[in-house]
Amino acid sequence: MSTSRVEPFPGDPPVTDDLVRQHHLTDDEYARIKTMLGRTPSFAELGIFSALWSEHCSYKHSRPVLKRFPTEGRHVVQGPGENAGVLRLRDGWAVAFKIESHNHPSAVEPYQGAATGAGGILRDVFTMGARPVAMLNSLRFGPLTDARNRYLFGGVVKGVGDYGNCVGVPTVGGEVDFAPGYSTNPLVNAMCVGLLKETDLIRASASGVGNILMSVGARTGRDGIHGASFASEELTAESEARRPQVQVGDPFTEKLLLEASLELIGSGHIVAIQDMGAAGLTSSSAEMAARGGVGVEIDTAKVPTREAGMTPYEILLSESQERMLVVARQDRVEQVRAIVEKWELTAVPIGHVTDDGMYRVRHGDRVVVEIPGARLVEDCPVYEPEATEGAEMAGLRRLEPPASRMDPADALRTLLDTPSLASKQWVYEQYDSTVQASTIIGPGGDGALIRVPDTAFAIAVSTDCNSRYVFLDPYEGGKAAVAEAARNVACTGARPIGITNCLNFGSPERPDVFFQFREACRGIADACRALDTPVTGGNVSFYNESPAGPVDPTPVIGMVGLLDDATHAVGSHFRRPGDALVLLGDTRGHLGGSSYWAHVLHTRAGAPPPVDLPVERRLVDFLVDAARESLLASAHDLSDGGLALALAEACIGAPYAEGPLGAKTDLREIQGSLATAGMLFGEDHGRAIVSCAPEFKDRVLAAAKRAGVPAHAIGTVGEKLGRLEFVLRDSTIRLGTPELRETYYTAIPRRMEAAASQDAAD
Amino acid sequence: MMRVAVVRFPGSNCDADALRTAREAGADAYYVWHRDRDLQQADAVILPGGFAYGDYLRAGAIARFSPVMAAVQAHADQGGPVLGICNGFQVLCEAGLLPGALMRNDRLTFVSRPVRLRVETDDTPFTSAFERGAIFTAPVAHGEGRYVASPDVLRALEEEDRVVLRYLDVNPNGATNGIAGIANAERNVVGIMPHPERVADPVLGNAEGAKVFESMVKRAGLPMGGAR
Repeated sequence: MSTSRVEPFPGDPPVTDDLVRQHHLTDDEYARIKTMLGRTPSFAELGIFSALWSEHCSYKHSRPVLKRFPTEGRHVVQGPGENAGVLRLRDGWAVAFKIESHNHPSAVEPYQGAATGAGGILRDVFTMGARPVAMLNSLRFGPLTDARNRYLFGGVVKGVGDYGNCVGVPTVGGEVDFAPGYSTNPLVNAMCVGLLKETDLIRASASGVGNILMSVGARTGRDGIHGASFASEELTAESEARRPQVQVGDPFTEKLLLEASLELIGSGHIVAIQDMGAAGLTSSSAEMAARGGVGVEIDTAKVPTREAGMTPYEILLSESQERMLVVARQDRVEQVRAIVEKWELTAVPIGHVTDDGMYRVRHGDRVVVEIPGARLVEDCPVYEPEATEGAEMAGLRRLEPPASRMDPADALRTLLDTPSLASKQWVYEQYDSTVQASTIIGPGGDGALIRVPDTAFAIAVSTDCNSRYVFLDPYEGGKAAVAEAARNVACTGARPIGITNCLNFGSPERPDVFFQFREACRGIADACRALDTPVTGGNVSFYNESPAGPVDPTPVIGMVGLLDDATHAVGSHFRRPGDALVLLGDTRGHLGGSSYWAHVLHTRAGAPPPVDLPVERRLVDFLVDAARESLLASAHDLSDGGLALALAEACIGAPYAEGPLGAKTDLREIQGSLATAGMLFGEDHGRAIVSCAPEFKDRVLAAAKRAGVPAHAIGTVGEKLGRLEFVLRDSTIRLGTPELRETYYTAIPRRMEAAASQDAAD
Repeated sequence: MMRVAVVRFPGSNCDADALRTAREAGADAYYVWHRDRDLQQADAVILPGGFAYGDYLRAGAIARFSPVMAAVQAHADQGGPVLGICNGFQVLCEAGLLPGALMRNDRLTFVSRPVRLRVETDDTPFTSAFERGAIFTAPVAHGEGRYVASPDVLRALEEEDRVVLRYLDVNPNGATNGIAGIANAERNVVGIMPHPERVADPVLGNAEGAKVFESMVKRAGLPMGGAR
């Protein structure tokens, strides 16, 4: 390398060891940087390394583990490494989708943290050339008995809703879970799904020496500087002081940016586009250059800023929202500007693509950054930390709750009244779930189903993770998350075709946490191979820690499926009195790690149910085939709360149904020698409850037999407002469905409203 | 063929749904940008849902000043049919084309859910294909949908058969008298909070909303007020 021309920017502090540590770089990492540059980095360069070598941007603790995911398959158009993954649907259509976390910002500023999370994931999808058609959210909070948790819950839901509602993308599903392990560190994962013609796909890879880098959208302010580094450290008592680092979202600008970006991509005037997301201009420009194997030169003095006097360091690292970096063909700058201005935004040239491979930043005439571009992105050290299971875990898996005389009817009522299991209507009524006029199955069922406009087919989407299983047995828990997502998608009639994942864990520097991470990923990989659902990308969120310790390990799976004929859609609730009920899968009465133990007996322990992947594959295949033959009136997977909860939910019905339906079931034959609790609340995988017209019952049973899926006719759907009845070996249980419906739909609003009136009285 | 202008404000987000549904009903529907002053010989105009200018101030408060609204006003003054859906209804109230206002929902949160509606009058360009008293279900999705007006206005709306849609069993936002949609005195300008364009296709499980658009197309060529 020739003698560097890099000069310090006036007013920047000198780079000292102290400053290096404040930038979260280790001694070893800093030594690497000095060797790479052959000199001491400038302040701006230090900021760049700190951001790009943060866990959030570099995946330095997770890369070797993530490499083991299956990423190829007949549907895969774009696997991991881009802004979003892309799967082929049919007739030239493809789906782009990704899930991402916004946990740390939401912990200190729930409304803006969640809103900007929604904004970021939308941009990741539409920068692939896809129009966003659905959002999902996977949210985790501490128990609602605590006022802070209610505040976080309410703020996050409002933030997610206000943003998606304004942009006009329906929020169609997701999950909300409450557990003590999330009390000070909530998880806010947002998934976006978009549709595109495969020929319109664009990748974030800079190319063409002389092409022009343009900043499009909002101006750059001082908000969110070092957000990526913040996301890579543990939450502490001081984190509240990070509030100014949380960005502020503007969904109106986002909507304009969405339309402008899609028009730019369709115009052919640009070669690449990327969101200025985490680490802002720095990561977008460095990553696009590295992918294209070119250099870039940026003049920070040309970047439109919100306030005068911003330094190169601040401009490079700002995480102001609703900004895009576009690489325009060098003779099309005016055309790009015209399109962007039509959408009432600005596009400003700020740099160009070079042939020397350098990542260079100047501020006017002064060169403030000069780093070999490929090495900046690729030379970040990779760690494979020690992984050892926590010493107490083996004992916890052997632990059983004390013997209980809990009445099974009361246990079912308790489960329906548990916020984690009860209806999330309070949440999804705040989300526009029907804008775009394509929602076939919205929130409140298993998977959601969205038609692809002007075609006959539809896509199903679901997010899932049972963190209690992952906590107790990370490998089986990882498998279970994929299996449950696949069952949810298949229950709608759609065939699962691929996943994205959001891996939320504590600090990878703790051996027990890294063990959870590594084993959960191994389970996800095995399940994805067995179910032929490759991983197309996702997000790792480490350092979800608070003074109370790491969060429950939560690898959320976002799955997409394809339903060839949208008219074959299957809902999860019973539809007609007199329909036959068929239970698919084997019931073994496995209660370890169950909701029954956790929420009724208050014991979070035991070995979670093992997942038999070939069994799951056969069940998924059967559900898809049966839907195609229009055999089923409803299909609902069995998961938390086992058979009793699944039957209750199918009876209770959709949120705006005229009333619940009863069901009469005789479980004596299946029960054999099983205890009542295991029969009703066991959480054996590979099961679903389906209903069908009585004349189809024999066809369903015969088809299940051919498919190798155990199937038992267990009863019939009852009358409107009827009773839910279980005939067991030595007892019969009857519950009124209107009462169950009331409990299920009011569990969350009762808690929120009671607290609100109490707060008002205080 | 009936020409229908769908006005696009920068933050409209139900524009594509309205356009598609109008076309499926047989109209020659097209977009008109909010900066345009020409409705291109529209027979009818739709102001779709969304957040016209972000609506951080008050829904529809800025949209009424946009250039296209002068053209919409002129079209309405000549008796041309105008339908405002959700945010479009809010814009029509802010612009003075409809009386009253749409306030924050009584529960203060955004509300998204299906509601049952009664068609209170078939004497508008957008409800003529319904039977008077017909009941149908359509979603609402709004944060500011609580209709309010002075006692005089309310009395006139009720007495002159200008309440177009009424919430039947659930009033999702606390609207006065359960009002979900109204017409102006000349009956050619209609604003409704629910979204009929989202329930206009059997694959979505409900196609009842298509009748709003069929009413509009059926009325093509009729002089306004001609049905009275």
